[in-house]
Amino acid sequence: MCLAVPGKLLETQVISDNRLGVVEFGGIKRSVFLDFVPEAQVGDYVLVHVGFAISRIDEQEAQRTYELLERIGMLETAEASLDADEAYADSPGGSDAVHR
Amino acid sequence: MSTLTLSCPTPAIARDHVSLGHGSGGKLSAELMRDLFLPVFRNPTLERMDDQAVLQFGKSRVAFTTDSFVVKPLFFPGGDIGSLAVHGTVNDLAMGGAKPLFLSVAFIIEEGFPMYALQRIVDSLGRAAAACGVQIVTGDTKVVDKGSGDGVFINTTGLGVVAEGVSLSASGARPGDAVILSGCIGDHGIAILAEREGLEFESPVESDSAPLHGLVADMLAATRAIRCMRDPTRGGVSSSLNEIAAQSGVGILIEEQALPIRDEVRGACEMLGLDPLYVANEGKLLAIVDPAVADRLVEAMRKNPLGREARRIGTVTESDAGWVRMRTPLGTTRIVDMLAGDQLPRIC
Amino acid sequence: MRYIDEYRDPKIAQALVDQIHARVTKPWVLMEICGGQTHTLMRYGIDELIPSQVELVHGPGCPVCVTPIEVVDKAVEIASRPDVIFVSYGDMLRVPGTKSDLFRVKANGGDVRIAYSPMEAVKIAQKNPARQVVFFGIGFETTAPANAMAVYKARSLGLTNFSELVSHVLVPPAIRLLLNSPENRVQGFIAPGHVCTVMGFWEYKALVDEFHVPIVVGGFEPVDLLEAILMLVAQLEEGRAEVENQYARSVSYQGNEPAQRVVEQVFEVADRKWRGIGTIPMSGLRLRPEFAAYDAEKIFGVGEMEAAEPPECISAQVLQGLKKPVDCPAFATRCTPENPLGAPMVSAEGACAAYYQYRRHATSLVCIA
Repeated sequence: MCLAVPGKLLETQVISDNRLGVVEFGGIKRSVFLDFVPEAQVGDYVLVHVGFAISRIDEQEAQRTYELLERIGMLETAEASLDADEAYADSPGGSDAVHR
Repeated sequence: MSTLTLSCPTPAIARDHVSLGHGSGGKLSAELMRDLFLPVFRNPTLERMDDQAVLQFGKSRVAFTTDSFVVKPLFFPGGDIGSLAVHGTVNDLAMGGAKPLFLSVAFIIEEGFPMYALQRIVDSLGRAAAACGVQIVTGDTKVVDKGSGDGVFINTTGLGVVAEGVSLSASGARPGDAVILSGCIGDHGIAILAEREGLEFESPVESDSAPLHGLVADMLAATRAIRCMRDPTRGGVSSSLNEIAAQSGVGILIEEQALPIRDEVRGACEMLGLDPLYVANEGKLLAIVDPAVADRLVEAMRKNPLGREARRIGTVTESDAGWVRMRTPLGTTRIVDMLAGDQLPRIC
Repeated sequence: MRYIDEYRDPKIAQALVDQIHARVTKPWVLMEICGGQTHTLMRYGIDELIPSQVELVHGPGCPVCVTPIEVVDKAVEIASRPDVIFVSYGDMLRVPGTKSDLFRVKANGGDVRIAYSPMEAVKIAQKNPARQVVFFGIGFETTAPANAMAVYKARSLGLTNFSELVSHVLVPPAIRLLLNSPENRVQGFIAPGHVCTVMGFWEYKALVDEFHVPIVVGGFEPVDLLEAILMLVAQLEEGRAEVENQYARSVSYQGNEPAQRVVEQVFEVADRKWRGIGTIPMSGLRLRPEFAAYDAEKIFGVGEMEAAEPPECISAQVLQGLKKPVDCPAFATRCTPENPLGAPMVSAEGACAAYYQYRRHATSLVCIA
C-alpha cells in the first residue's frame, strides 16, 4: 500500500489557513498540504502521499546509510569485475546487471 | 482471536455490458475484436489486424483506415481533437508504409456546443491537413441531443498509396529482429491527464501529436528491411508490442534502461503510480527491423525532427513466444502484460 | 529523481544480493507486509535474485484487497444515488462487490470521480453545494491522516454536504493474528515503511517483544527491500529477534506526531472485517461520534448492510502468506484482472495481480492441479 513519492519543497504558502507547499518531483510541481511536516523548510525533501507530506526526509541519515551502501557496492564491483565481464559479454545490460 | 474464515470475494462479473475498458486499446478491446467483430466480418484483410487495410486495386496498393476521436479535454497542450484526428489517421496509414492522400471527416456534435469552439477545432484540423499534404475530400455532420455526446466526436477515414516493394505487417516480425522506438514515451497521455487534473509542470508537458509519414518516408528510403511499424497510441508501447508478438508468434525482449522518457513525464508517472509503458503516445512509432540495418535506420531517423531520440530498445526472440518481456536495471526480466482496461492512478 | 534513483542502483543491489547469499546457511521464510513492497519485489524480480532458501511470502498489506465486500456494496449503493458525487481513489474503482462495482456505476451514469487526494473531494463539495459529496476513505495508517484531515477541514469550512465512507484498517493487529495462527510459517517480517512513517515503529517493537520474531522496517525501492532482507537474514542467522529500521530516512521510532494527532481526533479504533480473513478485533478505524455529520454510513443509512462471501478463491490463504497466487487453481485461468474472482487480483497492489502482471509466463509451464 502507500505510494509515497519524495520531492523537493520549493516554496511554502498559506492559503485560507492552509499551509501549502509547492513540491517538485523530477520536473513536475504539485501543490501539497504541509500540515504534518511543520518543521519542513524550503529546500528540504518531503515524502508525499495523497497530496499530503507525511515526513521530512532525513538527509543526513540518508547520506550516512547511502555512503555505507555505496562503499559495499564499490568493493563488490572491484572484486567481482573479472567474473562479471565474462558472464555478461553478450548481455546488453553489460556488467552492470545484477546476477545471482 | 478470530477464526480465520476461508472466504472469497466475488463471482466473476458477467460481460453483459460494454465498459470503458473495451475502448482502451488493451485486452478487453482485443477481446471485443476477436469475439464480436471478427467472427461476423471475417475476411483475410481484416484478420491481419493491422492499423490499416492494404487493398489491391489493379496495379496500385491502396491503404485504407478509419479512426474515431473521443478525447477529453477537447483542447490540450500540443493540440486538440481536430489536429489529433488528422495526425492519428495519417499515422495509421503511415504505419502501413502508405503516403497519405485523402481524408474524410465526420463530426458528431452535441447540441449547444459553442460555435467558436467548433471553429477552433475545424481551423486546427484544416491546418494539420494542409501541413500533411492531405485533402479533406468528403465529410458528414450530425448533431445529437444535449447530453448524448461529449461536445464533439470526430470519425475519420484515410486513404493512401503504398509504394511498390513495401510490405509491412504485424505478422512479419522474426526472431533476432531489432525493436526500434522513435522517441520519448508517455507525453500525450500525461499531457491529457495534466490538463484534466490540473497538474503543474515546470516545463509543461505537451502532447506529442504529430504526423509521422515524413519520418516513415525517410525510414523507407534508408532501408526496405522493415518488417512492421506501429504507433503506440491507446494502451501505450505495451499494447503495440503485445499485438506484434501475438500476430507474429514471437517473443519480444526490451531493455528498461533503453526506454527514452522525459523527466517531467517520469515524475508524473512516479507520482501517480502509472507505468509509462501503458501511457498513450500520438507522435511516436515502433519499428521491427532486420538487425543488420538497425544502426543505419536509427541514424536516418535521428536526422528527422520527429526521430531525434530514436533508439533500439529491444530484440525479437524465438523463446517465450507471444510474450513481451522487459529486462530491469537489476538484470532480471519481467513480463510486460497488456492491460485489461485503462490504467488508473493509484495510491497503493 | 532524488531518493528514488539511488535506491535502484544495480551495483548496490548486486552487492546486497551477494551479501545475502554469503549469509544464508539455512532456509528462512520472510514476509513483506505491504502490497507496495510486493509490487517492487515482483517488478524487479528480487525474489529471483535472492537465494532460493529465502522464501518470500506476501502479506495482507493491500487495503484494497482487504476492504470487506459489504463496504464495496455500500459504496455502490451510495454512488448510485442521483444527488451524490462519489469520489474515490482509483484503486477502488474496479473492486467487485456482490453485484456491481464503482466502474459499472459510473458506466451506468453515476457521478463517480477519481481523486488523488481527499482534499479534492472537499473542493468538489465546496463547488457543488447542492450535491452530496461522499469520499471513499480507505487505506492503512498511511492514508488515515489525510482522510482525517479532510473531515477536519470540511468541518472548519462549515460544509454540510461532505461525508466519508470510512474503511480503514490497522496493520499490527493483522500481524498479531498471523503470528498467533498455528499455521504461521513466517519467521521474519519486513514492516511497511510508509505506515511506519506515520505511526513510528514502537508497535512493531511490542510485537518483537511478544513473539520473538525479527522485524525490519523497510522502504519500497529495490535497494531498500534488499537491505531489509539482508538485515532480517542476519538476525535470523545470528539467532536475534529485534526491531530494526532500514527506512531511517523517513521513519522514526515515534512516527509523525501531528499526523497521529489528527487521526486520534477524528477517528477511533473499532473492530473491522478483513475481506478474505474475517473480523479482527480493534483492527480498524471509524469516525468518532462527534463527527457523525460527516459519516456517510449514518447519512445514507447503509450501516447495516451485510454481504455473503461465496467461497471459492483462496485469497484468505494468499493474504496470510500460506499460499502463493500460483497455488490457486483459478489463478490466470478463471481468475484474471479482467475477470477477478477476488480482490488480490483486482488491486494493483494485490499479490495475485502482481504475479499475474509480472510472472505469468513462468507459471504457464507449471501444471496447476
